[in-house]
Amino acid sequence: MDGEELTEQETALYDRQIRVWGVDAQRRLSKSRILVSGMKGSVVEFCKNIVLAGIGSLTLMDNRLVTEDALSANFLIPPDDNMYSGHSLAELCRDSLRDFNPMVHVSVEKGDLLSFDEDFYDKFDAVVVSCSSFTTKKTINEKCRRRPKRIAFYTVDCRDACGEIFVDLQKYDHKQKKPDDTIECQLQYPSLEEAVTAPWRSLPKKVTKLYYAMRVIERFEESEGRNPGEVSVSDLPSVLKMRNELCKAQLLNESHIPDGLLERLLLAGTSEYPPVCAIIGGILGQEVIKAISGKGDPLKNFFFFDAIDGKGIIEDISTPATGC
Amino acid sequence: MASEQQRHAIKNAEVLMVGAGGIGCELLKTLALSGFGNIHIIDMDTIEVSNLNRQFLFRKSHVGQSKAKVTVHVKSKTECYECQPKPTPKTYPVCTITSTPSKFVHCIVWAKDLLFAKLFGDKNLENDLYVRSNDASSSSENVEDVFERREGDDLEKYGRRIYDHVFGHNIEAALAKEETWKNGNKPKPIYSRDVLPDNLVQQNGNLNKNSTVDDPLSLSAMTSLGLRNPQDVWSLVENTKIFLESLKLFLGKREKEIGSLIFDKDDQLAVEFVTAAANIRATSFGIPMHSLFEAKGIAGNIVHAVATTNAIIAGLIVIEATKVLQNNVQKYRMTYCLEHPSRKMLLMPVEPFEPNKSCFVCSEAPLSLEVNTFRTKLRDFVEKIVKAKLGMNLPLIMIGSALLYEVGDDLEEDMVRNYEANLEKVLAELPSPVTSGTRLAVEDLQQELSCDISIKHREEFDEEKEPDGMLLSGWTQAPQVEKDNENGHGESTSVVSDLMPLESKDNGEIEIIPSGTKRKHTQISSESSSTSCGTHSNGGEPKLEVIDDEDEVVILDNWNAENSKKKKVL
Repeated sequence: MDGEELTEQETALYDRQIRVWGVDAQRRLSKSRILVSGMKGSVVEFCKNIVLAGIGSLTLMDNRLVTEDALSANFLIPPDDNMYSGHSLAELCRDSLRDFNPMVHVSVEKGDLLSFDEDFYDKFDAVVVSCSSFTTKKTINEKCRRRPKRIAFYTVDCRDACGEIFVDLQKYDHKQKKPDDTIECQLQYPSLEEAVTAPWRSLPKKVTKLYYAMRVIERFEESEGRNPGEVSVSDLPSVLKMRNELCKAQLLNESHIPDGLLERLLLAGTSEYPPVCAIIGGILGQEVIKAISGKGDPLKNFFFFDAIDGKGIIEDISTPATGC
Repeated sequence: MASEQQRHAIKNAEVLMVGAGGIGCELLKTLALSGFGNIHIIDMDTIEVSNLNRQFLFRKSHVGQSKAKVTVHVKSKTECYECQPKPTPKTYPVCTITSTPSKFVHCIVWAKDLLFAKLFGDKNLENDLYVRSNDASSSSENVEDVFERREGDDLEKYGRRIYDHVFGHNIEAALAKEETWKNGNKPKPIYSRDVLPDNLVQQNGNLNKNSTVDDPLSLSAMTSLGLRNPQDVWSLVENTKIFLESLKLFLGKREKEIGSLIFDKDDQLAVEFVTAAANIRATSFGIPMHSLFEAKGIAGNIVHAVATTNAIIAGLIVIEATKVLQNNVQKYRMTYCLEHPSRKMLLMPVEPFEPNKSCFVCSEAPLSLEVNTFRTKLRDFVEKIVKAKLGMNLPLIMIGSALLYEVGDDLEEDMVRNYEANLEKVLAELPSPVTSGTRLAVEDLQQELSCDISIKHREEFDEEKEPDGMLLSGWTQAPQVEKDNENGHGESTSVVSDLMPLESKDNGEIEIIPSGTKRKHTQISSESSSTSCGTHSNGGEPKLEVIDDEDEVVILDNWNAENSKKKKVL
């Protein structure tokens, strides 16, 4: 995009969404640069959404090759194995995404996410991490937080018919609309580590069970050195044991993390449910658009969805010290 | 996740998708990924550039080609598409448009449906541009002559004459009717010579920008005049220039279309003309002017849309479809996608409402029709009511067991002749007379649609308000609920109203009002089972608690329960 104004082409293409969020927001989107790691179903949906929205550039990272699971939830992969064999997930997605909006610069970054220095992240306005261990996510989050310019950070994880999004906008100023007037307010987001280590007994009573269940599975995978989703129903006894230990340590009643829920998540392994990917990818897309454009109230700081009850819930999880 | 049996049901399900637009593209993708094997698509629209920001199955190269949209309902168990009143396009009283506009949208309607239509549309159509006054008014010119081009009229002169007439003389004539302006807000007449002294308009250099262009749809007064930004609000001078220039371009470069043009929001020149005309009229009446971008949205009834919401909705649709296939009736939900969270929720599932008893598609309530049975022919009834209003294609009309009319391939010739003859008879003179108190049964076997209509004779009908000479009532009238704004729940449950507005608008935004006085589906079916665990209040006092436990379902706050039993926890 040249200069400050949107081109005639952009104005025509983005007409319907400009009517939602305005020209200024669209301009900001057109300049934005997003990094995405882990091309799973929900992430692919997210990429489709932001490419259609007209961001400036999208950098994809995922060196893995195509698997059965990937094919069943990733609509960007061409179904013909002559076409996809030999290419990484990132490369395949890049080619399809370019088609959706030729005005967006889509590229692939090879290499290992953890190998990059901190200043690598300066190139981006927002970073989305998926298909990574907790340690990896935490490390990236900390690197981003240390950069001088604010980098919006998100993680996303879908298992079975459930999905989780985490948002870290650090310090975020925005105008909140109230019935009578508009007030300036500042949101203070905890880091991933701070959020996840918030003592369970300090959290509100009605925090969704999915939050706890995801933490248990996360902890299990870390302790066993598993890749995310590299679990199965045979792990259930160990996982239940871990749940019990955690609940005891955190003084939380076990009923907050039902066996059935844990079993569902384990059974799923790495497979995802496409409608949930669409929903999670849509919500995440909206969040990133809000953060970049500065329009709309971003969610703080977790979002959960479970197709079984159909509720899309926001949870504000923070340690008492950092909460606001 | 899905059992073998469920996967099988999904794979073999036959899915009809009506509409392949914003939600349709997302839906098709999600359905396919989820394993649905048979999807039929209907869409009568063609692809436009403005679709491409979200309808990702289409590419620029597809623009102009055809495309397909859906509702899913389980008949008689849950609401159908007709049960909830759908927002109809807003209409305005004629005099507001012709004489006393107070909002910008009134000026747009004037410019689009009156002036544009008069200048470029079918001259044979009635046009309210000039509401005839009874007294001999100021202008000596016969009104009709103004719009005829005279010998030696160049386009500039003609344009200015039109301008002066609609914005100048016409306004002065209106001002002469003192009673209209009792309450102030008198409009000011505007004449082109005052805004744009004659010789400043020669911009031949710029006209060349358009002269080499072949495509009539890319002609643009903005381009000629160097006005590049559709988001700018033009001055009166600029609007006047655009008005005159666009008029010139229509008459000079698109003469073939004059006399049959219909306003199209994607016709750049038409939008420019309407914007300019509306703005000048607005200035006259002291109404703030608007940019082309805004005017286009109003004139074109544009619905703003983004990809993310469509993706979410499509995902929710597939989840519901899966429940339907599994006959999981208790789990059906309507889900609202909210802009602002309500009770921590951005996606709020609600139990579906039972069918609206007055909905003619779902239920058995008879409709009633007021009609002059001695003057109205059966043909009018069939065309204007049965086909146009009830949407039946192959209707069958009976009184008791007597067939008055039907359509079909297998009819015998003498029956066809009989029906043809019936069409020409007035209702009261049909072989089985239709008069006050008669009950007609109307069916469309093709759509499995049937309803009863009670006839009531009425002598007179208002030509303006009831031009068809018939009044159908009792259809799609769901009980209306005031939006409850106390705690913001009313607003947050209406899907569209909270979109980030560019400015505060009242240009006829669409609102969806949940008709909360209807009872929920499961309340009806579980009435007989009175065992329940979890909280429930004693009958009689409507107490609205949000049940937040895992499997409970949200009950909308603005729902006044006749029956306050809570749903059993499953």
